[in-house]
Amino acid sequence: MRGYAGRFLDIDLSSEAIKEASFPEGLLRDYIGGRGLAARILWDRLGGEWESVDPFSPENLLLVLTGPLTGFIPGTKVCISGKSPQSNGMVGSTIAGEFGVDLKCAGYDGLIISGRAEHPSYIFICDGHVEIKDARAIWGKRGKETVRYLVRRSVEDIRGLRPGYGEAKEPSMLYIGPAGENRTRVAAVVSKYAHGAGYGGYGGVMGSKNLKAIVVKGFGPLPEVHDFEETLRLYGEFSKRSFEFEEFRRWGTGRGGYHFGFDTSSEPIRNWQEEWHDMRSFRGEEFDRHWVKKYWGDFGCPVTCLKLAYIRSGRFKGAICDNPDYEFEAYMGANLGIFNPEENIYLSHLANELGLCGIQGGAVLGFAAELYQRGILGSEGLGGLRPEWGDASAFAELAEMVATRRGIGDVLAEGVYRAALKLGQSKGLDLLRYAVQEKGIAIGAHGVRSGEDFADNISYACSVQAGDHTSLASIREHGSGEATSILYDSATCCTFTTFDLEMEEILEFYRAVTGWRLTREEWYGEKALRVLQIQRAMLLLGGPDHRWRPGRDDDNPPRFYEPLPSGPYKGRTVERDLFERDRRKYYQLVGWDEDGVPRPETLRRLGLESVEKKLRKAGIIS
Amino acid sequence: MDGIWIERSYEACSGCRRCEVACSLHHEGRIWPEASRVRVFMLIPGVEIPHLCFQCEGYPCAGACPSGALSVDGETGAVKVEASRCTGCGLCIDACPGRVPHMHPLRGHIVICDLCDGDPECVKACRLGNWNALKLKPRSGRASPPKTPEALTLEVAGRLLDEETAREALGV
Repeated sequence: MRGYAGRFLDIDLSSEAIKEASFPEGLLRDYIGGRGLAARILWDRLGGEWESVDPFSPENLLLVLTGPLTGFIPGTKVCISGKSPQSNGMVGSTIAGEFGVDLKCAGYDGLIISGRAEHPSYIFICDGHVEIKDARAIWGKRGKETVRYLVRRSVEDIRGLRPGYGEAKEPSMLYIGPAGENRTRVAAVVSKYAHGAGYGGYGGVMGSKNLKAIVVKGFGPLPEVHDFEETLRLYGEFSKRSFEFEEFRRWGTGRGGYHFGFDTSSEPIRNWQEEWHDMRSFRGEEFDRHWVKKYWGDFGCPVTCLKLAYIRSGRFKGAICDNPDYEFEAYMGANLGIFNPEENIYLSHLANELGLCGIQGGAVLGFAAELYQRGILGSEGLGGLRPEWGDASAFAELAEMVATRRGIGDVLAEGVYRAALKLGQSKGLDLLRYAVQEKGIAIGAHGVRSGEDFADNISYACSVQAGDHTSLASIREHGSGEATSILYDSATCCTFTTFDLEMEEILEFYRAVTGWRLTREEWYGEKALRVLQIQRAMLLLGGPDHRWRPGRDDDNPPRFYEPLPSGPYKGRTVERDLFERDRRKYYQLVGWDEDGVPRPETLRRLGLESVEKKLRKAGIIS
Repeated sequence: MDGIWIERSYEACSGCRRCEVACSLHHEGRIWPEASRVRVFMLIPGVEIPHLCFQCEGYPCAGACPSGALSVDGETGAVKVEASRCTGCGLCIDACPGRVPHMHPLRGHIVICDLCDGDPECVKACRLGNWNALKLKPRSGRASPPKTPEALTLEVAGRLLDEETAREALGV
């Protein structure tokens, strides 16, 4: 097999058993890697008892998977997955960085991690040397301190393994902060201070496994490819086009904080009470002043859309983060009523340090602030805090409480959906009306009410990754929005380095690397749909703490049916009859019945009889 | 003898490591970051240091080599490694004030930048992407003294961020 290292590591943290695993060619041809392969592995290993698997139990799997294109196609991602403590389904959550390259150079395509370590640990991989090491010294530590410790320690370990090699480069690493250790449902898996895999909540899954970090160093080359010349030709061609992609190169998504508010009216503001603003203090140029590096990227990246922001003096001295990118501008800024770049950079830095997902964490802070605004939560219930909109200090304190599950933070750490249920129950109120989330996952910072942004009315409601703005359902061909994301998350590719590429061009690259021909029709009509059905089945099976109702829960949050109160699109909202029409159309496109349950004939056509059987047994298919 | 050398502007390095890709493709015919003669160190995320031969005055590495495996190219001024004569003793690493030479990850000989015989692939890769962290200059204009990755990281992080943060991040 070309493009693949050909081996996976299967690590049981409970017994400390470390084994190698591999998958037959046919299975890899169907599921590729990353998200697709994660769906298959999870279904095979946990599908039978999906509803009873607690995402924070040792039984859950933590998957870290590359794909055949990882390291070859410009822009590098790795996909993290498992049963999600947010949706109780499965999310393929991607993160940029060198991890996937180092892993493949070490000779592995991915990691399948199960069990729970007896005490805080980290996994250290240097080529064939795989070790579960003690992480007690850094348990409780934040991002920067964790990185410092692991770089120092690992470089020493690598020197020991390769005496006389010369200076050893640092390994790549994925780690968690206190938010993950404390098993919050809003924790990200973090890398390089400022990269995160947030959707899905796998930081908490790592925490539940007593796994502080995974460190990998590979000394080998990337695997052989099928057609070397063609791979290089396409690498050059794709790169050339990316070099000319001036907007992302210059700004990344850092102009979004103004653009998605002012131009498209689709930015979460004060917990989505508004989606429009004209805060000129939040323009890209105002962030640019804090950038100490204007082009920052990961292995192979031709775009370098990240920018390194650093605060040199004042109250927030020492805060460091990337850009912030648009999602952080929105959720750690506008959504909290903050429109000051310095404060936004500080809160983004803090979220990264704590290992809080910027989106899920920011959403739950905004939710709490709205409850405070409405007098539903008083300062006595908030540990004396008064989270007024725009008060960065109060939000910083609240973020710490969430990450450490202190006081009200313990409830908020459950994420907006569960916090709304829990607080609503104790207060006898329906608080879900203030929870802007989809099936347990706070919605990405792209609203659908104005109709001017890239998400559609059904995008989140019908997505198998729910609130994830990088995997949007669409009523185009075969629900191609999600099908395209499944290819990207499986292969793996970065969206921002392949922005203007046609699907056929990615498939050409895939063919050059693997030697396998895959047509657009096969992908959209068959293979992507297979992954989609498995993810849908997992989402509907859910459990153990919550199960989604087919059809009824495929809906927008109540707030999206309130008319926009301000801006050029004031009055616009999601129209329910249009939404229902589009949802019906989507269900048909992807082979689901009128309640959104995969039809038996769909499953059989795709060879997913085990999914049909399980859904019948669970009473979801009657 | 003059020759050429590769000037580096560390603050301009995006960390894309496309220099490592270009170098290893040229020398190894594979994408192989550890076999690259230019290696990007990232001891502090965001502070990426492309590390490669500084072409010191007097070439202490070549002087330290007991087996005559290292020589200086009369035209380019690059250090050439004759792999078959290299015993992998590592004395050149210790002699190098920047600790630049490293062992080939698979074969037991040292690797050092050979300037691709005058047209370095890393420089081209960096220029193509318009980062220009690596630039081709006459050897006589050599400016930066050779330093170790850690020393360079401390220095560059001190400028990009500030000295206190740099020391704290690096743990020194």
